[in-house]
Amino acid sequence: MQVLFFYLVAFVAVASGLLVVTCKSPVNSALALVNTFFCLAIFYVMLHAPFMAAIQIMVYAGAIMVLILFVIMLLNLGVETMKKTTHTVWGIVAGSLVMMLTFFFIKRGQPANISGPITNEVVESVGHTQLIGKHIFVDFLLPFEITSILLLVAIVGAVILAKKEV
Amino acid sequence: MLDSYLPIIVLIGIAVGFAICTTIFSRLIGQKKPTEVKLAPYECGMPPVGSARERMSMKFYIIAMLFIVFDIEAVFLYPWAVMFKKLGLFGFVEMGVFIAILLVGYIYVWKKGALEWE
Repeated sequence: MQVLFFYLVAFVAVASGLLVVTCKSPVNSALALVNTFFCLAIFYVMLHAPFMAAIQIMVYAGAIMVLILFVIMLLNLGVETMKKTTHTVWGIVAGSLVMMLTFFFIKRGQPANISGPITNEVVESVGHTQLIGKHIFVDFLLPFEITSILLLVAIVGAVILAKKEV
Repeated sequence: MLDSYLPIIVLIGIAVGFAICTTIFSRLIGQKKPTEVKLAPYECGMPPVGSARERMSMKFYIIAMLFIVFDIEAVFLYPWAVMFKKLGLFGFVEMGVFIAILLVGYIYVWKKGALEWE
């Protein structure tokens, strides 16, 4: 049942991923991308990471898609850009190269037989969000505070870049 | 684990089913007397002027970019809120520093006038 569900969601994810690159209108591509994000969120749920799923939808399908849509509207890609651009040959070459690499690493990589201290059972009993919270706010305290500086830089950068245009 | 998501799946199923049913039934039993006015795009009762694909102002982009940053700030608040009681005062100070640094950014944005909508 779960495997069947996985294949169903995977099919939808791949199909909407293909739509992202084949749609003629950029807005349609963006909507297909939202669909892909939702499928990824379902994968997170299936991997016992509900917090990641919520973040995936909130940040990616919410905030970042809004930004992408604004970029599309800002660039105002009109009718003339709806012509099909063809990079079929190079696309196939690059795609098969990536696939070969992936297969190579999957074949070569030996999965270690030991599992870490955080197993599915631990996640079930403690709670996924609690585990993340504990690790962010206790073990990775400094990186967490540095994140705020990173976000500050992002704010300042956005304002400086945007104000130059106005 | 996944069984606990069954209500959500049922809810999504009902929502999708309802949407499909409304579309199909309104197509099947609804009356169709199209006139030129009815088929025109609805724009708050105003007659539509020009193309819908106009260039958006840069201001929307700034707002969206700032929204992402503060959205990520909000994301960090969720695991913090869940762990709040266990972390105690230490966690409170920690998050206080985090928010204070971002508050500097907020004040910068405000003073710079990026939130002005002139």
